[in-house]
Amino acid sequence: MFRLIKDTLLSQAVTLWGVFRKLFVKADTVQYPDEQPYMFPRWRGRIILSRDPDGEERCVACNLCAVACPVDCIALQKAETEDGRWYPEFFRINFSRCIMCGFCEEACPTNAIQLTPDFEMAEYVRQDMVWEKEDLLIDGVGKYHDYNFYRVAGKQVAGKDKGEALNEAEPVDVRSLLP
Amino acid sequence: MFTFAVGSALSIASILLAVIVLAALLIWVERRMLSFWQERLGPNRVGWFGIMQVVADMIKIFTKEDWVPPFADRLTFVLAPAIIMIVVLMSFAVIPFTPEVGVIDSNVGVLFVLAMASLGAYSVMLGGLSSNNKYALLGSLRAAAQMVSYEVFMGISLLGVVVLAGSFNLREIVETQADGWYIVPQFIGFLIFLIAGVAESHRLPFDIPEAEQEICAGYHTEYSGMKFGMFFVGEYLGLVLISSLITVLFFGGWLGPAFLPPIVWFSLKAGFFIMFFILMRAALPRPRYDQLMSYGWLFLLPLSLLNLLVTGAVVLVSTTATM
Repeated sequence: MFRLIKDTLLSQAVTLWGVFRKLFVKADTVQYPDEQPYMFPRWRGRIILSRDPDGEERCVACNLCAVACPVDCIALQKAETEDGRWYPEFFRINFSRCIMCGFCEEACPTNAIQLTPDFEMAEYVRQDMVWEKEDLLIDGVGKYHDYNFYRVAGKQVAGKDKGEALNEAEPVDVRSLLP
Repeated sequence: MFTFAVGSALSIASILLAVIVLAALLIWVERRMLSFWQERLGPNRVGWFGIMQVVADMIKIFTKEDWVPPFADRLTFVLAPAIIMIVVLMSFAVIPFTPEVGVIDSNVGVLFVLAMASLGAYSVMLGGLSSNNKYALLGSLRAAAQMVSYEVFMGISLLGVVVLAGSFNLREIVETQADGWYIVPQFIGFLIFLIAGVAESHRLPFDIPEAEQEICAGYHTEYSGMKFGMFFVGEYLGLVLISSLITVLFFGGWLGPAFLPPIVWFSLKAGFFIMFFILMRAALPRPRYDQLMSYGWLFLLPLSLLNLLVTGAVVLVSTTATM
């Protein structure tokens, strides 16, 4: 009998009181369009292509991002400038497919492709979800302020010969016997 | 045999209007309060604090297509939602709101309310049956069994109050509470009536006939548009009715210290119970169907009979002692 009263009435009363106290607790809701939520810097949102500190495109059109992409939303074509730098002739991301997984950012050897905390990308026309290179390319360096691929890589371009990159040793003369 | 003191046409019209507007407003009040109790904000976009959400809902529900499924039994299908509205609004006729406001002053008020509550069971039964749908049929079966069984001790729990007041007239029941509300001598009766009232208006802890998670929406699965709206408003009207009845029977109706007018006291008391019902919806889980039935027949029915027996004995002893 006591057990029955405890189970039916008392426990219900305790629950009622517990829920009633929530009246004086501030709501968790963020009223989104009026109130912008704090977006964490590492949030995986809209994808951008960054430039190196010299203002040149970082992307070297290696295609690793397109290979890593699980939904195949990245398409690009390699081209080469006269001074030997590689760059994408076109770079296209279909955001209606993109799942913001960030694999492209992880795959990128030159820190060119980066995900940003922006998520407000709704469009009325589906075709507008496809972003071209001029839409993706930003003027800044993104998350990596000092990184410049052609200054650290051994690749020879105009204005930088073999062995002139940062921390790079002089190329070994394979025809010489001297150490 | 029957004595009726009929209220003025103005009084009747204002009660009807107030009750229906209140029931419509409750849709918003409930959503808002539920969300506060669940640490949300609820509808706060349309109008002041979202109060015009009611109007938006009304526009939506009135402009929806009035559709009857081809496999349904047309006449009963249309009739069912009308029954619940009519029956609940009829019950409001005997509720004494203040000494002046009220529709009729019936000497069988308590019985009238119980009779109307029984008729309300037809609404959900016919609604589920005529839908010709498995879930609706299950819902109406549950509704029929639940309402029939909970009506039994809903009536018995009221009898304690009737014995103490010596009258079936709700107005007289309120007037005899001038020197003490019936909540004190009839606390067990109050608890049983509260539980039976929740089951009778199938509000959330006992909303087994329309349990969304189990059987879609139960008896109103096939309903849409204004016919669904009638069931919906009927449910809120039932909520207001049960709250008003608890106020009248156990909490002294309009009685209260004189610094507030009677109608305010009545509204405050009824509003408290409406809020309590909403809180129950926010807090309590739904019991299983067999738990509900066994709880009713094996625990509440004996308890209410015992309550009636003890009340009757006490009244008998005290009246014979004074004679």
